[in-house]
Amino acid sequence: MKGRYGVWLGIVVFALVVACAPLLITSDRWLNFVVMSLFVAFLGQSWNVLGGYGGQFSFGHAAFFGTGAYMTAVLQIKLGVNAWAGFAAAGAGGAAVGGIVGFLSFRYGLRGSYFALVTLAFAEVLRIVANSVGFTGGGVGLLVPLKQTAENFQFTGKAGYLYVILALVVAGLVLAQWLERSRFGARLMAVRENEDAARALGVPAFATKMRAIALSGALAGLGGAFYVQYFLYIDPRIAYGPGISVEALLAPIVGGIGTIFGPVWGAVVLHGVGEAAKGLIGQIAGKDAIGLDQVFYGVLLIAIVLFMPQGFGGWLRRRTRRRGEGRDHA
Amino acid sequence: MFELSILVPAAINGLTTGAIYALVALGLTLIYGVLHIINFAHGSLLMVALYGVFFLHALVGIDPYLALLIVVPSGFAVGYALQRGVIGKASHGKDENILLVTLGLAIILDNLALFFWKADTRSIDTVYALATLDLGVAIVPVTKAVALGGALAIAGLLWLLMTRTDLGKAIRAVAKERQGASLVGIDVSHVFAMSFGIGTAVVGAAACLLLPGFYVSPQVGSTFVLVAFTVVVLGGMGSFAGALIGGLIIGVTESIGGLFLGESLGQIGIFVIFIAMLLLRPSGLLGHRA
Repeated sequence: MKGRYGVWLGIVVFALVVACAPLLITSDRWLNFVVMSLFVAFLGQSWNVLGGYGGQFSFGHAAFFGTGAYMTAVLQIKLGVNAWAGFAAAGAGGAAVGGIVGFLSFRYGLRGSYFALVTLAFAEVLRIVANSVGFTGGGVGLLVPLKQTAENFQFTGKAGYLYVILALVVAGLVLAQWLERSRFGARLMAVRENEDAARALGVPAFATKMRAIALSGALAGLGGAFYVQYFLYIDPRIAYGPGISVEALLAPIVGGIGTIFGPVWGAVVLHGVGEAAKGLIGQIAGKDAIGLDQVFYGVLLIAIVLFMPQGFGGWLRRRTRRRGEGRDHA
Repeated sequence: MFELSILVPAAINGLTTGAIYALVALGLTLIYGVLHIINFAHGSLLMVALYGVFFLHALVGIDPYLALLIVVPSGFAVGYALQRGVIGKASHGKDENILLVTLGLAIILDNLALFFWKADTRSIDTVYALATLDLGVAIVPVTKAVALGGALAIAGLLWLLMTRTDLGKAIRAVAKERQGASLVGIDVSHVFAMSFGIGTAVVGAAACLLLPGFYVSPQVGSTFVLVAFTVVVLGGMGSFAGALIGGLIIGVTESIGGLFLGESLGQIGIFVIFIAMLLLRPSGLLGHRA
């Protein structure tokens, strides 16, 4: 029972500390850093539901993210729908795309690398469609008109956005905690460990995976809607390009795959160390060091897989536990 | 509707593009067939090889076709070292980890290229760059005809290697049954590294055959990587003949699709084939059922 309260305590402390950030940080640059880290953590949690707890590695989370983003933008611009209604619609849209992709791939029994490839291909198809049809604005993209009121999901400062994305991240953490404790979560993890054995024990593998991908898609769709409201712009490359798909899987893998706080750790490490590296590289190589910060992401990804297969969070936990054990023996 | 006089040249043009896809896919299908991993770094290795060919021509003046003698062995060495030093070590026995490591490699290579050589598109100028063959129904650039011939030759060589040599036998043994192969004394990690090396050497050959009629930029790898996967899945993972046929089919699909739907939307045909193949027949046209 101690572990259970520990997780709740962790969530509360995390929420309180981050909620104080706008009071302590006045620079827009650093507030933006916090918002973007939270955004990546939320996107990572969306991936973590399907990839971490369900063992289904998606390489095309942009398919869900981009659909949510376009849903919000198109509903607002073309139909004059309120942004918050668009936000809800984005969740539903992401879940729907998740359902379609999941139905097709799980129906035909795609697993492992085949599933990764098919998700990648779906994102690519959507990118080409968004590039070609009229109502998405084609390759030019869509600009959301500026209406800075909270009713329109637009805030004058960064703090408003920070609280929205913080609420989403906290909801994601509660969801992950629920997955670890609930019947549904137990089934999902059973499917991850050994699908055939789980099915033999009576776990409805198809239905379980369907629910997981729809849930994951809904979260990514909400992330897409947040992105649009924050930057007030979307185009096919941002929405459906491989960048978002990679970002979504990087955070939980770096932080600790299939763990509650993994995506948060991952976002902190990736963005924190990434920002530091950017500053350092900028000082050494000058301003036009284009691409070097991405190189750093790649190196970090390989280093984590090589040396911390349980992710940064897992490594931290093992370190502290080992130290504790050492003290007991002494 | 379109006249035959437009369709036939479009189809032939598609065949020559398809040959290039087949070239890129041959190495990928070998690596997949043996290691059962999806090598996301494949396109990036192609990009690096293309830069190698470009600079050999621009700085030393070596003809791209002659560069085969340098680029192919270096490709082999790089592939062997990568598998032995990085990819094999990082796997921890899980295929997903290899997926991630090759993705990491792709990110590193693409962005290093962006840093060193900027986003500029570069191409080389040779005396035969603009030469053409008149086939009566269509005119084909010589460079593309050479690429088609090269794809056929490389597929043939790979087939000979796999069926006629001890190394090929060992590779097939490891592909079928890792543990059994190691029990009878095959050095599995050596065979893995050899396969990755040969696959990368083929990428080097593809770069030499590709560059005279093509260009190189840091992003060129990512334009190829998904198409190459499509070809491999379509032909059957691990099948060389499948990669050839798959490449040609994709090339023609893209060309005809572009004719009817326009350049950008025409590409959609490739991915529709890809998704349909993955769903309905993941073993591919010529692959064995898993």
